[in-house]
Amino acid sequence: MKKVSISFTLNGNSVTAEVPETWTLLKTLREYFELTGAKEGCGVGECGACTVIMDGQAINSCLCPIPEVEGRSVDTIEGLAGEDGTLHPLQDAFLKNNGVQCGYCTSGMIMSSKALLDQKPDPTEEEIRTAIAGNFCRCTGYVQIVESVEMAAKELK
Amino acid sequence: MIDYDYLRPDNLEEALRLLKEYGPKAAIIAGGTDVMVKIRNTRKAPEVLVSIRGLNDLRYIDKAGDYRIGALTTHRMLEESDLVKTELSALYDGASKVGSVQVRNVATIGGNICNAAPSADTAGPLLVLDAVVFMEGPDGKRSVPITEFFTGTYRTVLKREEVLTEIRIPGEMEEFGSAYWKHSRRKAMNLPILGIAVSVKMDDQIISDVRIGLTVAAPTPVRAYKAEDFLKGRPLSDEALSEAGRIAASTECCSLRDSLRGEAWYRAEIIETYVPRMARLAAERISKRRSK
Repeated sequence: MKKVSISFTLNGNSVTAEVPETWTLLKTLREYFELTGAKEGCGVGECGACTVIMDGQAINSCLCPIPEVEGRSVDTIEGLAGEDGTLHPLQDAFLKNNGVQCGYCTSGMIMSSKALLDQKPDPTEEEIRTAIAGNFCRCTGYVQIVESVEMAAKELK
Repeated sequence: MIDYDYLRPDNLEEALRLLKEYGPKAAIIAGGTDVMVKIRNTRKAPEVLVSIRGLNDLRYIDKAGDYRIGALTTHRMLEESDLVKTELSALYDGASKVGSVQVRNVATIGGNICNAAPSADTAGPLLVLDAVVFMEGPDGKRSVPITEFFTGTYRTVLKREEVLTEIRIPGEMEEFGSAYWKHSRRKAMNLPILGIAVSVKMDDQIISDVRIGLTVAAPTPVRAYKAEDFLKGRPLSDEALSEAGRIAASTECCSLRDSLRGEAWYRAEIIETYVPRMARLAAERISKRRSK
């Protein structure tokens, strides 16, 4: 299988991945960079557990062929906390509001929410619900998740 | 084992050359939200994927006489465009209901219609906006009205060596109000049980012109011509709209089927209910825009 060399910015650092051409961004993150925050839930863009931010936009990394990442900027849940371990306000709010139950959807939820807050610092509840409509929480803890995003928005202001 | 070569031309000429060179071995990929899913689900891939995502010249929404939308325009760009929301409202309704934000950020309007699912959410709106589809291939450019673009379920007139480049909507459509209803069980991440698009041109309280588009009502998205003919020249009244809904739901306009998502009788009731509602919404929108 043909390998490709893909250079991009990952959580602020310049990186190069040497991976098979048919790998997705998700597989590259998990198996080449060993960043396992983004999860594979469905693998077909329905569940949002693999959500990362590419050039400012939330995307399903499971549907993104790795060659499309050349020259782009990718942010994952691993890049959110400060270098000293200080949590991002979204991470903090999810902890304080029990926005996390089993945790499988959490990194995707937080990345979708971050993409929203980066564009709209003061979202309505409906805008929050639209932003995370592609992130399934099968523990169904949506109320606390929405409250977490609202709290983080206030904190970030 | 899934294996393919992934080629990324950065201009249309190069893309067309690659499609010609690899012929039946190649397939086009744009946003990838259909192609990648199909590869994963079927465990089969074409030998060569020609990615047109780098053809940035095909990503635009503008109005210069006609409305012009580049094939690689994402659903998210359509959703966030004020021009689309106010003047091509049905297209806003459709594009903003596709999948999720993550999907809309990459999925393209060209891909939505080239995939040609009977449920495509931009197809109904494009039908009632008189869209014309532009394609380019080794023999040059050509265009067809959207009514002739779909030839069957997941089938279109686009040839293997062609790339869909632009969707054009005649400038005269600015005189129409339009609306699209995606009928589904959930608000997001769902395919429609039925889609109903209506555009109307009003002369005071009289419907002077109208288009009705239905999706998941036949093997391809269809116009309900008989219902349109009935409505033209009639007032925007409950009686006229109900009758138009009945005609649209009949075998004169569509061929409803029982499927996993809904039964034919239910789909007929949805058409009867939502043709009038979308016609009223479309009329309301154009009158609001006119009064500004």
